[in-house]
Amino acid sequence: MKPKQLYQKGTMKRLLRMLFSFYPVALPLVLLCVVFSAMISSIPSIFMQNIIAVLEQNPGAGWPVIGPQVLRLTSILAGLYVLALVSSFTYNRALAVMTQGALKKMRETLFQHMEDLPIPYFDKHPHGDIMSHYTNDIDTLRQLISQSLPQLLVSGVIVLTLFSIMLYFSVWMALVVLGGVAFMLFVVKQVGGNSAKFFIRQQRSLGKAEGYVEEMMSGQKVVKVFCHEKEAGAAFDAFNDALFHDSNQANKFANILPPILMNIGNLIYVMVAMAGGIFLLAKAQNVSLSGLAFSISIVVPFLNMTRQFSGNINQVSQQLNAVIMGLAGADRIFQLLDESVEADAGFVSLVNATQENGEFVESETRTGLWAWKQPQPDGTVRYTRLTGDVRLQNVDFSYEPDKPVLSDISLFAEPGQKVAFVGATGAGKTTITNLLNRFYDIADGKIRYDGININKIQKSSLRRAIGMVLQDTNLFTGTVLENIRYGRLDATDAECMEAARLAGADDFIARLPEGYQTMLSSNGANLSQGQRQLIAIARAAVADPPVMILDEATSSIDTRTEAIVQRGMDALMKGRTVFVIAHRLSTVQNSDVIMVLEHGRIIERGSHAHLIEQKGKYYQLYTGAFELE
Amino acid sequence: MWKYLLKSIREYKKPSILAPVYVTIEVMIECAIPFITALLVNQIKAGCGLSVIIKYGLALLVLAGLSLNFGRLSGTSAALAASGFSRNLRKDMFYGIQSFSFENIDRFSSSSLVTRLTTDVSNVQMAYMMIIRVAIRSPLMLIFAVIMSFIMGGKLALVFVVVIPMLGIGLYVVIRKAFPIFRRVFRQYDALNRSIQENVQGIRVVKSFVREDYEKQKFGSAAENLRGEFTRAEKILAFNGPMMQFCLYINMVFILTFGAYTIATTQGLNFNVGQLSSLMVYSFQTLMSLMMLSMVFVMITIAEESGRRIVEVLSESSTLKNPDHPVYEVQNGSIVFENVRFRYSEKASRMALERINLMIRSGETIGILGGTGSSKTSLVQLIPRLYDATEGVVRVGGLDVKAYDIEALRNQVSMVLQNNLLFSGTIAENLRWGNPEATDEELRAACRLAQADDFVSQFPEGYATHIEQGGTNVSGGQKQRLCIARALLKRPKILILDDSTSAVDTHTDAKIRAALREYLPETTKIIIAQRVASVLDADRIVLMDKGEIVAIGTHAELLQTNEIYREVYESQNKAGETK
Repeated sequence: MKPKQLYQKGTMKRLLRMLFSFYPVALPLVLLCVVFSAMISSIPSIFMQNIIAVLEQNPGAGWPVIGPQVLRLTSILAGLYVLALVSSFTYNRALAVMTQGALKKMRETLFQHMEDLPIPYFDKHPHGDIMSHYTNDIDTLRQLISQSLPQLLVSGVIVLTLFSIMLYFSVWMALVVLGGVAFMLFVVKQVGGNSAKFFIRQQRSLGKAEGYVEEMMSGQKVVKVFCHEKEAGAAFDAFNDALFHDSNQANKFANILPPILMNIGNLIYVMVAMAGGIFLLAKAQNVSLSGLAFSISIVVPFLNMTRQFSGNINQVSQQLNAVIMGLAGADRIFQLLDESVEADAGFVSLVNATQENGEFVESETRTGLWAWKQPQPDGTVRYTRLTGDVRLQNVDFSYEPDKPVLSDISLFAEPGQKVAFVGATGAGKTTITNLLNRFYDIADGKIRYDGININKIQKSSLRRAIGMVLQDTNLFTGTVLENIRYGRLDATDAECMEAARLAGADDFIARLPEGYQTMLSSNGANLSQGQRQLIAIARAAVADPPVMILDEATSSIDTRTEAIVQRGMDALMKGRTVFVIAHRLSTVQNSDVIMVLEHGRIIERGSHAHLIEQKGKYYQLYTGAFELE
Repeated sequence: MWKYLLKSIREYKKPSILAPVYVTIEVMIECAIPFITALLVNQIKAGCGLSVIIKYGLALLVLAGLSLNFGRLSGTSAALAASGFSRNLRKDMFYGIQSFSFENIDRFSSSSLVTRLTTDVSNVQMAYMMIIRVAIRSPLMLIFAVIMSFIMGGKLALVFVVVIPMLGIGLYVVIRKAFPIFRRVFRQYDALNRSIQENVQGIRVVKSFVREDYEKQKFGSAAENLRGEFTRAEKILAFNGPMMQFCLYINMVFILTFGAYTIATTQGLNFNVGQLSSLMVYSFQTLMSLMMLSMVFVMITIAEESGRRIVEVLSESSTLKNPDHPVYEVQNGSIVFENVRFRYSEKASRMALERINLMIRSGETIGILGGTGSSKTSLVQLIPRLYDATEGVVRVGGLDVKAYDIEALRNQVSMVLQNNLLFSGTIAENLRWGNPEATDEELRAACRLAQADDFVSQFPEGYATHIEQGGTNVSGGQKQRLCIARALLKRPKILILDDSTSAVDTHTDAKIRAALREYLPETTKIIIAQRVASVLDADRIVLMDKGEIVAIGTHAELLQTNEIYREVYESQNKAGETK
């Protein structure tokens, strides 16, 4: 198994750098505590050696002689223990606090970055994948930060300290231990490598099974209607069996690693005991840092150290899976963080204004009059009134370089006009509207808003000046009122309700169990699609934008209700530029101008009456509905 | 609850029993090893010969080998038992869900079913593996280690009587305090994930209202709440480590001091250095097992919640039962509703359908119109017995729908659902849901009727074109046409289109209806639509309002007699003229 394939090189370094940047002072202090307390936990063998040595040197001397010496040693040990406990308690608490703090910062960084990513990112990545950064990846990080990394540090320090003490006692016997440990590491690499490999595989097959189950569960009713239960079951079995196999292998290797290591530990223990016995028997010359000669007072603590030594290697090996999976998770998170955010080179902003003697004066409060604020090269500022005049000149656009979606689109919408787009799915209607608010950037041509190239307008200002009601309505968890207020956060309750009335949503909201205070959850699952659209229209109405885009905004509303909505909308739209997309021709008939799109080009344009007269594509579409009469 | 779950162990009973047996043997050997080492140490101390050392060494070697093998066996059996158990659980749940009726399906959200099948089963699997291995191992280890300590250390082992309950109570208190907080944490976690999901799905809304900063702030405070609660819980759990160390340290100091005292006062007769060394090993083992036991306890508590959610699915039985002597043949496509009333659940206060009486002749084309929420869909769902009528009788081909074999009935009553779906796979694979044996020519014929052949043929890979999950790579109108073709492949006696052409342009819509009329004259066709144009040419039009049939008649009749119908018709067709 090559961990390299699972995550980028340098991921660990980057993660550690990030953690240190979160807690530049506290983290090193805590790590110091960890090191201290780990060192203390490896020293009892020294005291044991001393105590046994005391016993050895005074055979039959009785407690009065031995006692004071032993008590002195144990009280020093107890003192050290108290210090170790204090530091252990401190770092455990501090780590708990810091792990959660770091995860929170991680989540926030991730979310903040995500919110600034351009729309194409969300098109290209399945939503489930984006979500899993916050769930699976952060979870693996939690394990890594709160348990695996500290454990690695603790075990590392203990192993190092123990080895130093071993060398202090006897180099020969330390070499025996070292040989055993080398064998242990070899086994860890073999078995542990397998285990990690299968854990990653298990994760993948779990993902596949989850994908299948998700698809089937959301289509369960279709399965029933087509009596497709057996086939669905059979396909599921295949995913389930693969998952079983990987899970079984992964857990098998993970389960057998500890007993194998523990018993290799036992073997080393026996070897050390035997080696000790043989050295003692042969009265071998000891080589050690302390210069101590071989004696039982060295062999016995050595045995305990050996056990602790292999125990710690066992501990480290059990963190192996978590470390690899955590780093793979961190790598995926970094990939999202490395995506570049929406570029915005705009410098023209939208401000509230008042008009004094024909001049625009910027205002702090909402005046109902908006102006574009254009800083000029000479340092002055020019204000242009926001009117809602939108022009496209020879616009080309494609999502992928060599597949043009729109070509040579030119159109103008004068303030207050209603412009409709008609055409088959895929003709490019929605795409045009997505260019207006710069969800996507055009490849060629120009788009001007009140005479200003939209590339010069700050995206936030541009989008504030364009309201959108989309085909797929997205509502947020919260009350109906809160959802409407989403359009303008400082709108009063009365303003929100007035917007709902205009949108024709007032009637059904009043009939909801708690009216405007009814909680909506899971994208308004308790409402019908039509009702969701009505709320979305109210939300756009409260935002009060000078230009509005309605993309199939009334497609799920029955025509009777639509007529009611239309009356409200007509009142609302007075003096605003509106772009309407609808396949229902009755929705667009009263537009000032209708654009008929085909394969990304405008093939006809004109008013309803004009187009009917022309007897072109629009006429065909329109009469198609009456063909059978 | 566990009883219900354990039914799914089935063929994995053997490894489930073997794992604890192996563990028991493993633990016994493991405890013997320090005992024998103590003897060896004493022999060495007494200055024994090489042969004695080798003899002990060999014995220890054999024991370690045995322990390793039993450890391997128990690990393998436990992995097999637990993954097998979870495989069966997933299978039982999935098959159970396949037998659900629509009413059952309505009770569970699809996302919760997915969680139950994945995360919840994984939790139970982990807990099960712990129960048959660690939960056996730790108490045994604890008991053996304590017994050995008493054999070895005599009175010295009394320190355990103090330390073990101390640690035990400590761990218990920590878990009891931390657990309720964790429960709250998981709920907040769900809420946080929900808000992320809403943002990912609604990113266009967020951006078009320029609400990025507002969302960041909202998320920030939700994340902060989560952090606060999580930290509270983790701070309590942080007592575990130091507590364990505290007990271990007490043991160490006590054993070293009084061990030395005993050796000194008894001249090493009752207690010696080897025993001292072993006692320290046992004290570590004892406390370690206690620690593991507390982990098992936490794991089981987490899994309990998951287990409960799994059992909810397993114990749900389908509300629709096949009759004892089912009829497999549907004579013709006639449909009769007799005094039908219907509500979705017993708890629903309002009837979705009231006083429904309707006779449809075989081969007739029926249009159904009505405003949002007028129960058009509810009405047609009773025909293929997706739901049972609460009162009254629904007859198909002259027989009560409850008399038919459900599968036979649904094969003859083909319904295109309102929110229809395609599944990942090729177009041909999707179409064959209608009829697995359909030839390529039959697929094409069905697609021609549904006006789908043209665009499918234009795809570079034609009928082998891969459809993404949810059919996202075809347009709404194309998806609807493929769904109609799929339903046609059943060659049904009754075809129901529930607003199935809403995204299809009017021209194509008309062509589909013309094709159906021409090529499927025998089939009863029921068309629910928003557009009057879609039902104009039906033999009869049924107008519904608030769950009742308010008028039945031809277009011309309704236009004359019915106010609502006229209003709907005009709103759709005269808009241009009234302006």
